[in-house]
Amino acid sequence: MKKLTITIITAVLLSGTGCKKDSDFLNVQPTSILTNEQAFSDPAQVVSILADLYNRQLDFSGFDGGWVTFADFGESFPSDNGQTGIVQNNQWDFGTWNTWDYGYIRDLNLFLERCTEAKALSDGDKTRFLAEARFLRANYYFEMTKRMGGVPLILKSLQYDFKGDPTYLQYARAKESEMYDFVISEAEAIKGSLPADVNEKSRATKGAALAMEARAALYAGSIAKHGASTPQVTLPGGEVGVAADLATGYYTKALNAAKEIINGSAGAYALYNKKPDLQDNFANIFLDKGNNPETIWVEDYKLKSGKVHNFTVSTQPRYGAEEEEGGRMNPSLNLVESFEKLDNTYAPIPATDASGNPIYYNDQLDIFAGRDARLGGTVILPGSLFKGRKVDIWAGYQLADGSIVTGDDRGAQKTLPGTSTPVQVVGFDGPINAKEFTAQSGFYLRKYVDPTPGAGSRGTNSEVPLIRYRYAEVLLNAAEAAFELGQTTDAANYMNMVRARAGLTIPLTAADITFDRIVHERRVELAFEGHILFDMKRWRLAHVVWDGNKMTVTDLISNIGQSTKRNTQPYGLWPYKLYDPSSPNNGKWTYKIVLPALVTGARRFRLGNYYSFIDDNTRANNPKIVKQPNQ
Amino acid sequence: MKIACCYIALLLVMVIGFSCKKDNYSAPGTTLSGRLVYKGDPVNVEYNQVPFEVYQYGFGKTGPITGTFAQDGSYSLLLFNGEYHFTVPNGQGPFKWKQTAQGTPDTTTITVSGNQSLDMEVTPYYMIRNAQVTAASGKVSGSCKIEKIITDASAKDIEAVRLYINKTQFVSGADNIAVTSVDGSTVTDLNNVNISVTIPAMVPSQNYVFARIGIKIAGVEDMIFSPLVKLSL
Repeated sequence: MKKLTITIITAVLLSGTGCKKDSDFLNVQPTSILTNEQAFSDPAQVVSILADLYNRQLDFSGFDGGWVTFADFGESFPSDNGQTGIVQNNQWDFGTWNTWDYGYIRDLNLFLERCTEAKALSDGDKTRFLAEARFLRANYYFEMTKRMGGVPLILKSLQYDFKGDPTYLQYARAKESEMYDFVISEAEAIKGSLPADVNEKSRATKGAALAMEARAALYAGSIAKHGASTPQVTLPGGEVGVAADLATGYYTKALNAAKEIINGSAGAYALYNKKPDLQDNFANIFLDKGNNPETIWVEDYKLKSGKVHNFTVSTQPRYGAEEEEGGRMNPSLNLVESFEKLDNTYAPIPATDASGNPIYYNDQLDIFAGRDARLGGTVILPGSLFKGRKVDIWAGYQLADGSIVTGDDRGAQKTLPGTSTPVQVVGFDGPINAKEFTAQSGFYLRKYVDPTPGAGSRGTNSEVPLIRYRYAEVLLNAAEAAFELGQTTDAANYMNMVRARAGLTIPLTAADITFDRIVHERRVELAFEGHILFDMKRWRLAHVVWDGNKMTVTDLISNIGQSTKRNTQPYGLWPYKLYDPSSPNNGKWTYKIVLPALVTGARRFRLGNYYSFIDDNTRANNPKIVKQPNQ
Repeated sequence: MKIACCYIALLLVMVIGFSCKKDNYSAPGTTLSGRLVYKGDPVNVEYNQVPFEVYQYGFGKTGPITGTFAQDGSYSLLLFNGEYHFTVPNGQGPFKWKQTAQGTPDTTTITVSGNQSLDMEVTPYYMIRNAQVTAASGKVSGSCKIEKIITDASAKDIEAVRLYINKTQFVSGADNIAVTSVDGSTVTDLNNVNISVTIPAMVPSQNYVFARIGIKIAGVEDMIFSPLVKLSL
């Protein structure tokens, strides 16, 4: 009986539940992966997908790449013994600066395809999301073009059919001009779908699209125009180089796009002018996150969110810093001396008078007086303040007979002749040769260095955003395009707006605007913002200014403001205190031009550096990819 | 204990029996070497600046074995026996490498079987002849004759003639302690070019310097040099 019961129960269980279809049983939706439909069902969900795509944008100088991506090019000395290669190697590898992230392109294309198909999104949301993804894709293709020239222009997701023949997936490189045409046409197509909102900084806006368009068109125009001077840097198929007759068209597009931002149709962008002190005001462009009318598109950071950066930790003045860390970026005298005097003339920093005798200054800062306010806004000068305290940059005592008393450690003490107690003979911020993290050029960086308490400590870090496009650059783009189109009066107006904010109140006239002026203005306004390499490349000046020849002091202090001026080695300017009790100048400051001892190389930009090397593996996989010229 | 012994024995058998077989290849052992020449005369270039590429087909993906010519124009490669294609990329070197009809660099096919010496014939834009470099009273003086080799439509002008000196045997624009540059337009007599450079103070001091004369050709990145000389002071 009992047996029978068990048998019946078993039979019932088997027949009732055992015959479920295998596919129903095994086909379980994973709980950790969203289907495309689910992913694109909710606007907040789509924004989080977009956030990842935003996060994968590539910047030339970026906080994610660390302080070292801001160094190099003769504009600064790297005060970090792990990075001395920058001033000791003579040349750059052909592969430097290359990028080939087709995984990112594919994800962007997939996003565009899936978002187009999504049914649950409202039309308004969808239009904006699609425009944002197209903006990101165009901006990355622009970044690729800057570095690689023409690349395969893939605008849809590609799928391999596993039949053993991948040739249908092999795309040839587009022409360089086609790349710029693509960026320009995408910007034109999406600008109406993006918000014209001056307060939207980290997501794409109409202003960002137009700023990208203006910059891309300007690059294309200048390669067309200045590429004529380097006929070797072209490829017969046009993958590298832009035909000279296209220059005017591109410059016109650049000017029109810039004008659209300037006339306010993309939002009320303006130059940042909130602080009475012009140096502080300039430095604040890069620090002010609240209602900053100048920034157009940024990579934003947020404290306690995980997305923070240690740029300030790496570069702040070391002495007195939280955790005594910093000092890695030392702007060079090459850059410092190129900031104009307030009468719009160029002059070396006056360390000696006309007959070669040293000049003595009461205050350390006096030697830099009467210059462009952007100097103090970009560079921490010796004797200036950071976080309300003076940086301690001085190299030693100079005695009456010309000899030097100095030490080889920060703040070292020695006994001066004729005295009995040791005194400090070198600054706590250096400069000391080969002593990393001291100001080995005599200067520290100020741009982007965050004075907020905690920003310089490793556990907190900084939330200062990285500016990708800002209004002053748009004005300078407009000025350059107008100048190249012969509209020098307009060019002067745009330049004067940027210069007036820097305290250069004597306006330049139309006749003053030369190509050298344009080159110089971008160098001082946009220093350490990732422009110098690409500017020099598109003007085809890179192999001229970084020609591999060592610089002499005469080279350094002559021809300031000339676009072809050599810039292969970063020089420094070291302050010394005079110790000569019998002299009226006792205790005053004097300065010496020095080449930091670690600088042994001289940068050489070879013609093969104009367009970065495409990996052999890439070319072996796709024989349609032609090699870059001169490599 | 017994089990451990078994495992060790088994391991030994496996190591001895299966390793050191197919997965190990002998290193390439055949030397291919030579130098750049123009009609038998060596062509001197800058160290580490003039690249060459060697291809071997038939092994899946094709990529070059790359190298650069030494200062005296020499090169040397360790290869397996087989057929190789040797070329100099476009726009490299102070010379013309032979071109195909399409204007791309042509290749030289080399069948390597045993150590081999093969000079590469190129056509330089200029040659430096009879270079005489001497040191006297704190100066290095050089004189030479410059011969223009390429005189057809693709001929190039001389941008500058330079005399470099250095403390080490690497002497070029990148490695020097002093240089004198004479503008190409001021060189009137190519048969008699004179140039001199003052020897700067050397720390630590040494009683010799290395010197050579180079020509920068307009529109060509790489310079051509005279043979390196060591001068006792």
